[in-house]
Amino acid sequence: MDCHLDIFFLEAVLNGLLLAGLLALLALGLNLVFGVIDVVWICYAELVMVGMYGIHYAHKGGAPFLLAALLGILLVALAGALLHVLVIRPVLDSAPINQLLVTGGVLFFLQAAATMAFGIEFRNIGIRLGSVNLMDMSFAWSRLLTFAVALGGMLALWLFLTRTYMGTAIRAIAQDRQIMPLMGVDQRKVYLVTSAIGGGLAGLAAALMVLQYDIYPQIGLQFGPLIFMICVLGGLGNMIGGFVAAFIIAQFIAVGGSCFATEWGYAIAFLFFMVAIFIRPQGLFAAKS
Amino acid sequence: MLALANIDAGYGGFQALFGVSMSVNAGEAVAVLGANGAGKTTLLRVISGLLPAMRGEMTMEGVSLRVIAPHRILETGIAHVPESRRLFPRLSVEANLKMGAFVPAARKRFAERLDYVYGLFPRLKERRHQLAGTMSGGEQQMCAIGRALMSGPKLVLLDEPSMGLAPVVVAQVFELVRRIRSEGYTVLIVEQNVAQVLKVADRAYLLEVGRIKASGSAAELLASDEVRRAYMGI
Ligand SMILES: Nc1ncnc2c1ncn2[C@@H]1O[C@H](COP(=O)(O)OP(=O)(O)OP(=O)(O)O)[C@@H](O)[C@H]1O
Ligand SMILES: [Mg+2]
Repeated sequence: MDCHLDIFFLEAVLNGLLLAGLLALLALGLNLVFGVIDVVWICYAELVMVGMYGIHYAHKGGAPFLLAALLGILLVALAGALLHVLVIRPVLDSAPINQLLVTGGVLFFLQAAATMAFGIEFRNIGIRLGSVNLMDMSFAWSRLLTFAVALGGMLALWLFLTRTYMGTAIRAIAQDRQIMPLMGVDQRKVYLVTSAIGGGLAGLAAALMVLQYDIYPQIGLQFGPLIFMICVLGGLGNMIGGFVAAFIIAQFIAVGGSCFATEWGYAIAFLFFMVAIFIRPQGLFAAKS
Repeated sequence: MLALANIDAGYGGFQALFGVSMSVNAGEAVAVLGANGAGKTTLLRVISGLLPAMRGEMTMEGVSLRVIAPHRILETGIAHVPESRRLFPRLSVEANLKMGAFVPAARKRFAERLDYVYGLFPRLKERRHQLAGTMSGGEQQMCAIGRALMSGPKLVLLDEPSMGLAPVVVAQVFELVRRIRSEGYTVLIVEQNVAQVLKVADRAYLLEVGRIKASGSAAELLASDEVRRAYMGI
């Protein structure tokens, strides 16, 4: 063990903070969809993977990065809407386990399809943003950018949810589903919009992740379990809880990884998660606020 | 304005309404009286489309309601204040009112309608940033009625607005009902509090186990043996 309260410790804490922004963004989309539709998209990280490939190939095909990112976001928003119409809507009234299983099926389908289409190679978009040095610490620009854009994206969602009619309906529907028709609200439309936004958030995360990570068909396995852990820790469906949980888990990963070895960071985070969930099965915060 | 003819409705294999026929004319306040489980809530749910009717015909100003999707009924001018208020408890009072103005036609006039509702119920304006679920029962009923008025309806359906409230507050709630009446809304109100509601209503129907058993002016029903025996303990 190699842990002192020195500059490297501070660097680990700050890197954890930067990672938390991305994890919070990832958790947000999943929580939004669950909070409104009451279905867990087990294949959420695979939607991110689809977005990463989309952005990768759009960029390779000549689109400037910002355009490729925008296309990627739209692509995954569309994928979210399609996922809802084709897979979720038919099982809306089924038992939760069946809903889990169908989205689990989509997970394997997307992984298999990506492997067939793109092969198992690791791909990199090849954009290097360099890093910034501060005293003896070093921070990748891609991480700083990710943090800022993730926070910006969350702020935009918050404004949408609190300022617009559709956003207010999205918050309301999670509180009382049955009376929505009395407000003149078409529940199917709210679900569809929510799914597209959930997809769009996954697309935004994808646009940020291609700057930091290699793309491969199983990248969802690296992030998926982490995202679920954060959502459950924060109280599934609770967007603010998920936000706070992302910052907690990211610290365990970053500081644990710096004190021991990177792999241990994840193990320690999961260990903390198991203990926390044992003590508070409903998550650190009550579900759905 | 509203006309029902031979409406049957129920839940799965259970039938709760049997051949209900009734009408509400523009400008009237009509009451539906009935004991627990008589089918009063079911009746209002059928009118506002929450529960599809099994048989019969329903029209609002000549437009058939049975072929309209539930979320479009509001656009025919029918607003429903549901049983036990059903506010969105973790939304602010103002966000609840905003939900009442969700339909496109109402959105355009949101500011104007909000001023109107706040003028009618100043208490709501004081509490506009408070979470609806943290208000008192009477205030919540006020908010539920305000929410229904946000769409600028012609007909307001009220499902037992006095339910679960202390006697003093019940009187206040009936005062609210009288107020929206005098604002020119047509009202269809369902109640068990017969003595109070018949003071507000012009006409009334008596519903017993899913069937209309009597109807007439408020004064007639108040004097009728059926109502006196069943509800006033006389
Ligand atoms: N969701 C439901 N599923 C099955 N049966 C129901 C349902 N809702 C109501 N019922 C039944 O339909 C009948 C009429 O119920 P309804 O709620 O319309 O009565 P009500 O007159 O509003 O009573 P209360 O004064 O208690 O509100 C009752 O026998 C009730 O048990
Ligand atoms: Mg009832």
